Amino acid sequence: MRVDKGFDRRGFLKRAFVLGGTLVLAGCDQLSSADWFRRMLFRAESLTRTTQRAILGPNDMAREYSEADISPDFKPNGSIDPQDEDYLALSANGFQDWRLKVGGLVERPMEWSLADLRAMPSRTQITRHDCVEGWSCIGKWKGVPLKALLDQVGLKPEARYIVFYCADTLEQTLAGGAKYYESLGLPDAEHAQTILAYEMNGGTLPVAHGAPLRLRVERQLGYKMAKYVMRIEAVADFSAIDGGQGGFWEDRGYEWYAGI
Amino acid sequence: MSAISEEGVPRRQLIYRHRLVVRVTHWINVLCITVLLMSGMQIFNAHPALYLGQRSHFDSPVLAMRQAPDTDDNPVGVTTILGHDFTTTGVLGVSRENGASVERGFPSWATLPSFQDLATGRRWHFFFAWLFVANGLVYLAWSLASGHLRELVPNRDQLRHIGASIWEHMRLKFPRGDEARHYNVLQKLAYFGIALVVLPLLVLAGLAMSPGIDAAFPWLVDILGGRQTARTIHFVCATLVVLFILVHLAMVLISGVFNNLRSMITGNYVIQPEEKSDAR
Repeated sequence: MRVDKGFDRRGFLKRAFVLGGTLVLAGCDQLSSADWFRRMLFRAESLTRTTQRAILGPNDMAREYSEADISPDFKPNGSIDPQDEDYLALSANGFQDWRLKVGGLVERPMEWSLADLRAMPSRTQITRHDCVEGWSCIGKWKGVPLKALLDQVGLKPEARYIVFYCADTLEQTLAGGAKYYESLGLPDAEHAQTILAYEMNGGTLPVAHGAPLRLRVERQLGYKMAKYVMRIEAVADFSAIDGGQGGFWEDRGYEWYAGI
Repeated sequence: MSAISEEGVPRRQLIYRHRLVVRVTHWINVLCITVLLMSGMQIFNAHPALYLGQRSHFDSPVLAMRQAPDTDDNPVGVTTILGHDFTTTGVLGVSRENGASVERGFPSWATLPSFQDLATGRRWHFFFAWLFVANGLVYLAWSLASGHLRELVPNRDQLRHIGASIWEHMRLKFPRGDEARHYNVLQKLAYFGIALVVLPLLVLAGLAMSPGIDAAFPWLVDILGGRQTARTIHFVCATLVVLFILVHLAMVLISGVFNNLRSMITGNYVIQPEEKSDAR
């Protein structure tokens, strides 16, 4: 009888541990790419978004810092030197021919030159930039509040998201590559600290940081803050744009709501 | 009182040790903490360095894992802790992935997913973080209401004899008889410390890394010393959790693995009689 033979507990535990560990690791990688499981994991994002929207008032501001806190080595990330032909042509003459086009679900589509934007009332803020990778840098940004532009073009009632189309191709593929884009919901698009910055740390916005114009969304992570912005569009939903998830990184599995 | 058999010899006694809420929340915790640790290491690997303050001082990390410069032919992993370099090739900084030595913070077998994928790591982490917090709140609310929390607080007598208790544990002699009915002083300190100090601090430090939470509660990131300090605290607390688990598992194995497992599954635990030689 088996009971009489005794039971090798130690050997059993060891084998169970190694076998279990291997199965769990392989199983987790399988789960990571299984559609049903990803859909379940992705549900946490709406819980996070709903919770944060509930506790985060529309006027709650991201912390602003002093000049002394500014990072001497603000790390540029993503595209830092776009080689797209259109962009190179614009940058060659100091972005004099660059125009920011704002359209979509708006009453009066408009466009602005860099000089036009500089002539508008501006906001300057020293804020902390939190990258999804985990690091933080502090920088000073000067630009036009996005809300000022949206007020001028007049959002149609059905407009729910603001989409930002960028000049840079971040990923080269055989099909030609994917241009960067991003989108915001209206609560963040109309927030006082959401600006289109043309200056960084008191100087002209450098190419590495998104010249001539980049978005600042201070209550979310860095990847929401589109650089090299060319065109802005108000839409009712973004499912028809590129991968349909609302942004370059969102199409690659990152959260659309990046307040976390 | 120990039960005495007819022959006058003390016998084994079955007691109901862990109540249902403790058992259920324990196993949900096992799942959550395993996933959170492994997906946390995946997230850490996206930028395997820690700093103090609000921002990253890239040239003075308190901890960094990387490949040593100019070692592409024969990659060397270096872990820097508070300015001191340690060679950690194979585990930290450089480890094998699909047969090749690559630069990565934690090794492939420790991260979730095993391959570099920050987006998916975050999805795992935040889903199980919600489950972990909900589970923890159920446990804390029940513990407060039922008086279980008081069982985790050592009394003065226990604290006075903590030296003896440590000595007994070091000799791997564990309480028997009536003493085994309650948590001993080291168990109380360990469970109280992990459940009411380390894990809540770990959650708060995690929340302080969220730019949305920081805008809603700016004081949170300030009391933790800045966002990068919060990230470091999150990491240190997670390390303490790993240490707790190692000791916890060792104690479970040494003090009767099947008896312990049964008590955390069915609630029932066998108490060994006090030994004559152990009389005090």
